[in-house]
Amino acid sequence: MIARRHLLAATAAGLAAPAWGQKSVDLGLPFGPATRPLTTGFPGKGAMILQRTTPPLLETPLAVFDGPILTPNHRHYVRWHWPFPTEIDAAAFRLKISGSVEKSLSLSLADLRALPHFDITAVNQCSGNSRGVVTPRVAGAQWGHGAMANARWTGVRLKDVLDRAGVRPGAVAVRFSGLDAPPVEDAPDFMKSLSVDHARDGEVMLAWAMNGEPLPILNGFPLRLVVPGWFSTYWVKMLDSIEVIDKPDDNYWMAKAYLVPANPTATVAPGTASFPRVPITAMPPRSFVTSIADGATAKWQPKLPIGGIAFGGDCGVKSVEVSGDGGKTWTPARLGPDAGPYSFRRFDAVVPATRGKAVLMARCTNTKGLTQPMTANWNPGGYARNVVEAVTVTLA
Amino acid sequence: MMRLVVMAVLLGAAAPVSIELPGEFVPFADIKGGPSADTINANCLSCHSAEMVLNQPHLSRIEWQGEVTKMRSVYKAPVAASDDAAIVDWLVAMQAKRSDITAP
Repeated sequence: MIARRHLLAATAAGLAAPAWGQKSVDLGLPFGPATRPLTTGFPGKGAMILQRTTPPLLETPLAVFDGPILTPNHRHYVRWHWPFPTEIDAAAFRLKISGSVEKSLSLSLADLRALPHFDITAVNQCSGNSRGVVTPRVAGAQWGHGAMANARWTGVRLKDVLDRAGVRPGAVAVRFSGLDAPPVEDAPDFMKSLSVDHARDGEVMLAWAMNGEPLPILNGFPLRLVVPGWFSTYWVKMLDSIEVIDKPDDNYWMAKAYLVPANPTATVAPGTASFPRVPITAMPPRSFVTSIADGATAKWQPKLPIGGIAFGGDCGVKSVEVSGDGGKTWTPARLGPDAGPYSFRRFDAVVPATRGKAVLMARCTNTKGLTQPMTANWNPGGYARNVVEAVTVTLA
Repeated sequence: MMRLVVMAVLLGAAAPVSIELPGEFVPFADIKGGPSADTINANCLSCHSAEMVLNQPHLSRIEWQGEVTKMRSVYKAPVAASDDAAIVDWLVAMQAKRSDITAP
């Protein structure tokens, strides 16, 4: 199972780099180890930050977000809990709808396509995005800020499919499961659920296309759930089973994993171990300076252009402000085209700048009036970070 | 053109879609003057490659034992309790060797 050349290559503890990890990238984390291999070794993917080969965890480099607001499919981040099939016969694929319904269904992709389609642009963000910068540190995948991506999704309304099956009165939740499966018996299959009302809100989508192309296998071909405004843990990939249940879902991935402190900012004092927890849900607003990398040296100019991307979370972006002096003064940014409330939105501004070190910041306020905080939340899972991030640069 | 491909795939006219993942599990390495990686490789690589483990914050021996216990009790990894000491020894030694793991 283990190739000898890998064992030979891995001479020092912690320095095991796969042969196909071409060069390394410094994530600029405040804590080490901060470097990761940059890999082009995954089919259909361009250069990605390698967090784990198996099951794959691939991060999108932050510079990609300085491009078009729709993240190209070949740079869309990847995150799997369990092994998944690497060959899918789309013709044989069936989506099963069962449980507390009038009529169980088994739908082919052609059956789904016969229903009314719609498009929605939405940010797909891992619950643990940016965990690598959480202070004090917490265990888990040590992501930088690139466990997220934005895409235009095409598919059908989950509501339309549920209505065809007929949700029985008394049903409380809809549970989703995909073709990924644990490699050992009795381990918890990955399943997530939404309330019946959320599942039938007309926005939750069964998506087969991403930016007009079929989903890459690594992003859930042939079908995945899209839950606009909510963290990606609910966006079940390779979705092949929908089960309507008549009591709250107590499966491991809802009852034990992906839990956050039961308060609006998902925060507790660092080190707190015992507190009420609830499943993570909607995303808060975030924004990122992408025009200059953290730690970079740039040519000084008295009026420094700063650009990046913002998203409102579970609603649109109302405004973005930018600072060139570590948050002492703020300048309103100009917002780019509006691709809908769940999308990235470009922002650009010009701020006064002095020579030397400068701390750049962006701060998003969403249309519900929620503004990114200046002090970070903390929880032991490293979930739902949305503090104003600092980008330190040298202007020379 | 892409639209045609999408149609073809979705209507089942296309052959199965497949990819080949980087096949080999990136292993844990022996530590010079320290523990062998044989036990951690034998127990852990059947589910995941090494990288994410190598990038964790500094964990105490008790915390590393907690991770191993979680793998066994929650994720049903078939790790014999008699192998725990060798696995945890390697993890603790790996972090002790690294100068780039910084607090807190």
